[in-house]
Amino acid sequence: MRPLTLRRLLLQCFALLLILFVVVVIAIKFGAVPVSLYALGRDLWNVLLHQRTNISSDYVLIIQNIRLPRILLGIIVGASLSVAGTSFQALLRNPLADPYVLGVSSGAGLGAILALILEPHLTLSPVFAALLTPLGAFLGAAATVAAVYFLGRREGQIDSTTLLLGGVITASFISAIIMFLMSTLTGNLRGLSFWLMGDLSTPLQKSVYWFLGIGFIAASGAIYTTASDLNLLLAGEKEAMHLGVDVPRIRLVVYIAASLLTGLAVSVSGAIGYVGLIVPHVMRLIFGSDHRTLLPTAAIGGAIAVVFADTLARTVVAPNELAVGAVTAVVGAPLFIYLLRRRLA
Amino acid sequence: MSPGSSHARHLAEAGRLANEIRLSVEQVSYAYSANPAQAPLFTLEATSFQARPGEIVAILGPNASGKSTLLKLVSGELAPLSGRILLNGFVTHSLTPRTRAQRIAVVQQESRLLFPARAWEFVLQGRHAHGRSLRFESEDDVIIAKNALAQVGATDLSDRWMDQISGGEKQRVILARALAQQPLLLLLDEPTLHLDIAAQIGLLDALRRLAAANRYTVIVVTHELNLAAEYADQVVLMQRGRCLRVGPPINIYQRELLEQVFQTPLTVELGSSGRPRVTVLAGT
Repeated sequence: MRPLTLRRLLLQCFALLLILFVVVVIAIKFGAVPVSLYALGRDLWNVLLHQRTNISSDYVLIIQNIRLPRILLGIIVGASLSVAGTSFQALLRNPLADPYVLGVSSGAGLGAILALILEPHLTLSPVFAALLTPLGAFLGAAATVAAVYFLGRREGQIDSTTLLLGGVITASFISAIIMFLMSTLTGNLRGLSFWLMGDLSTPLQKSVYWFLGIGFIAASGAIYTTASDLNLLLAGEKEAMHLGVDVPRIRLVVYIAASLLTGLAVSVSGAIGYVGLIVPHVMRLIFGSDHRTLLPTAAIGGAIAVVFADTLARTVVAPNELAVGAVTAVVGAPLFIYLLRRRLA
Repeated sequence: MSPGSSHARHLAEAGRLANEIRLSVEQVSYAYSANPAQAPLFTLEATSFQARPGEIVAILGPNASGKSTLLKLVSGELAPLSGRILLNGFVTHSLTPRTRAQRIAVVQQESRLLFPARAWEFVLQGRHAHGRSLRFESEDDVIIAKNALAQVGATDLSDRWMDQISGGEKQRVILARALAQQPLLLLLDEPTLHLDIAAQIGLLDALRRLAAANRYTVIVVTHELNLAAEYADQVVLMQRGRCLRVGPPINIYQRELLEQVFQTPLTVELGSSGRPRVTVLAGT
């Protein structure tokens, strides 16, 4: 008997953080303009020592202004999607649940676009205007989860296959609405099609990073307080109730927080698929299925996956760029099929 | 005050504890309807019984007699339409899920796992309701879980995967998880359903031993007439949503009554253990 201890949990997270650090260094080094590790180390050292005058202009231009913000965004988006995926898998008792597969990302995208369309017609202060897109994405995500949840029920029980089908159909329905909306739009909104494939290249204001960071910590923190309840919820709602889980409360907390995470991620990066599916699966294989370990390791793993995928997206066809969502889908979709077939076997 | 009177009081207290009513089901009824405007599809008429610590109560009856509904009412999963159920003086349905899980353990027939778990992880789930907010299991939790596995003779299963053990072994691990809850009341719905005869006897022997040793009150839903007669201290006989009789098996097992309830010819005789034994007369 080897129950989980705080020490073991922290060690596991530390090991993953080391990997994340390596991936971040790789992501800083590679790109349209390669940076030597020596120059990078020297510049970082000067940044630490606050010796502004010694920092090369390349560093400021490429790393500080372009790559680091993008990496930071990748970390937050990856962690959010991965925690959201883990939560949906527990909430819906379906190991194949993922914000993208269930159409939740599409729903969030539709919400975000509606918010963008609505924004000019409302007279809002700039702060509220900046929050309108994430809010729209959150509402879109929440509404889609609810719709898919009811579509996936058969005789009062969640049916795994029906749920996935419901998600796929909902996603294609929402995509059609998005296409329709976009064809009626002109100007900068047309650039949205790239964003909808999942894209981290859009520069954001500094305040948005703060908003994302705080939102991520609040929502994933709320989910983490339910970690041991989620372990029991996997066995079924009735069984969890008999073991002392306040099922309706846990469901509500996880539902709102996971929708919020999806909404946040989609509002800044579009629909990056399969991260919330593949990363939790890999972490389960390595660390087991206890959510007290799974949630934090999946968060770091998601960050690693998205930063790495984005580095590939920036470099494989340089100087052109792929959408990062295309990279994750190329890896994720075959793995999804594999997991589905293994489950049905 | 003399030491003698203190001793006498202690004895009186012990006697009171042994005879206390732990579970009191008082005129409990229930109605189930798919649509509130329609007549109910199923009703449970007012039912009452009481149980003491260490007692095994069998809820007995044919299919659709309301056995499982009665058990769900006792577990607090359903709220009664009228009447009340008291466990040590508290109304079970109004307890929070956490408090209820500290006092009532429900042994499932089967536990479906979405992801693989080892037996010890599964048993530790029983400690959930006793943990603190972030719930890292304490050393006490581990000791209690180990004891629970030992009590059902499943210590050697501890490190096995739940999806790689036999049905009888799984049932014992599920029972161990319920014991890890350290409940006052142990509820079992058709626990012997998927078990072979040796595993059935093994489970019921374990239940009788545990009920005596840990002072659990055990309630078992079953339609196995002979197992109920052999192991139960009290039988609650149900038919079509009505509670017909409550009492020790010897008072309940009368040929005419059982023939009428189970709709089949049978004979009742006294077994070597002093408990009634039923033979169903098939083909007569």
